[in-house]
Amino acid sequence: MSAAARTPRPVSIASFAQMQNVRKDDEHNEVEMLMPVIAEVFGNIGITKDDVDFICSGSTDYLIGGPFSFVMALDAVGVWPPRSESHVEMDGAWALYEAWVLLQEGEIDAALVYSFGRSSLGDLNEILSLQLDPYYLAPMWPDTVSLAALQARALIDAGKATEADFAAIAARSRKDALSNPKAQVANDIPAETLLEDEYVVSPLRRHALPPITDGAAAIVLAAGDKARQWSDKPVWITGFDHRIETHSLGARDLTSSPSTTRAAEVAGLADGPVDVAEIHAPYAHQEIIIREALGLDETVPINPSGGPLAANPLMSAGLIRIGEAAASIKSGKAKRAVAHATSGPCLQQNLVCVLEGE
Amino acid sequence: MSDETTDAPGPVTMLATPIGLDFDFTPGIAQSKFLRGLEQGKFLGQRCPVCGKVYVPSRGSCPTDGVPTTEDVELSNVGTVTTYCVVNVPFAGQSIEIPYICAQILLDGANLSFMGLLQEIPTDQIRMGMRVEAVWVEPDQLTPSLASVRYFRPVDEPDADYETYKEYL
Repeated sequence: MSAAARTPRPVSIASFAQMQNVRKDDEHNEVEMLMPVIAEVFGNIGITKDDVDFICSGSTDYLIGGPFSFVMALDAVGVWPPRSESHVEMDGAWALYEAWVLLQEGEIDAALVYSFGRSSLGDLNEILSLQLDPYYLAPMWPDTVSLAALQARALIDAGKATEADFAAIAARSRKDALSNPKAQVANDIPAETLLEDEYVVSPLRRHALPPITDGAAAIVLAAGDKARQWSDKPVWITGFDHRIETHSLGARDLTSSPSTTRAAEVAGLADGPVDVAEIHAPYAHQEIIIREALGLDETVPINPSGGPLAANPLMSAGLIRIGEAAASIKSGKAKRAVAHATSGPCLQQNLVCVLEGE
Repeated sequence: MSDETTDAPGPVTMLATPIGLDFDFTPGIAQSKFLRGLEQGKFLGQRCPVCGKVYVPSRGSCPTDGVPTTEDVELSNVGTVTTYCVVNVPFAGQSIEIPYICAQILLDGANLSFMGLLQEIPTDQIRMGMRVEAVWVEPDQLTPSLASVRYFRPVDEPDADYETYKEYL
């Protein structure tokens, strides 16, 4: 790896906002969902849409059931006079990556990144099966919970985890979510009680599954003078990378995540201590895989926000991890943090973002 | 696909995998007002508090200024054809007898045109600037849907001056 890859142009997370995560928002359309979030992410630092040079969003038409929904969503920003704009059919964490790459070129100093998704409009098990390869897997419509359960079973069979571990992660996450006002599912139920749940798909009980969530989130990135103008103590992105594995589930070892490990290496995660990790592991057992892939020991707190087990707004849950990790640094609770985002079935694609305060 | 010379199945060379998904539609606060207006036989739009433009239907924001559109505006039943297309081509699922006219209509007081069916006029007499009005279904047939508008038809008025609608082509 070249030294240059580890010394990117400093870019800061200047502002972060997210919608109240809910099971179903049937009152607002996508534009109405996004407008308060965009207003908040600008308002936090006293700027307007005219202060950003680039806009990038993350969403998918498959959740809404209509084409080009990301174009309609731009109405929430008001892109006039015209400016450079882009979209990824991915979680907003990847939209953030695109904006970060553009900021690396040095021609612009600020970008707005946002994401939105309503998981409540259709049957998620059917919708998510369409992200599988269209020849061998998708025609069988395997549901997303069953695929996750296969992964969980493989983890147990490999001796890397037990069902009690899954319950402990779920109990911890939702207890931590009690202090997160934006969380959808927050409670204090002991793991032993959770283990009395029925299986949804063995070995996954209800508590090991993420909630179905409608949500939206936004981040403003800033570099150069703007990073200093908009914050006294900027939170810097010091490493950023994402990697993907084959779409063929049968060709992967589902109990490990080499794409996460590689992304963490390129992002320089091991160059310093980690005070907190925000991990986008929608299913409880996936946290075990990602923790190991990131090389985090048991002392590193995971998901003090509650994580995706407390709110899993598709297309936003990864971006929110980066926002929450930045918030931990901004509040002084952490000096160096890592955020992770995932996409695809059974942790197929993974993104690692290393953040540091001053 | 089977081998034509024997009964034994041949190699699979093609696979049809039909896909269908059902979704709920959430129109949101602003568009719900528009749809409820149709149910009452009227066009309801919203005005931007910054630029003053009136959108019908409104999706709740001004796409230029990015601010919520909060002021409700009832629009006229009468408008202007800004541009049009005469449909002569049959296609699957066609519900209207060809030829017919599909027109962009700018309602009086609105700053956004929308597409409507134009009838009660020979297709060779349609022109830009023509003044038209909405013909609604019977009151007991009104629903929160554009199906409440049967079609638009010409009104006996001089054509609108090009200057009044040139921004909306």
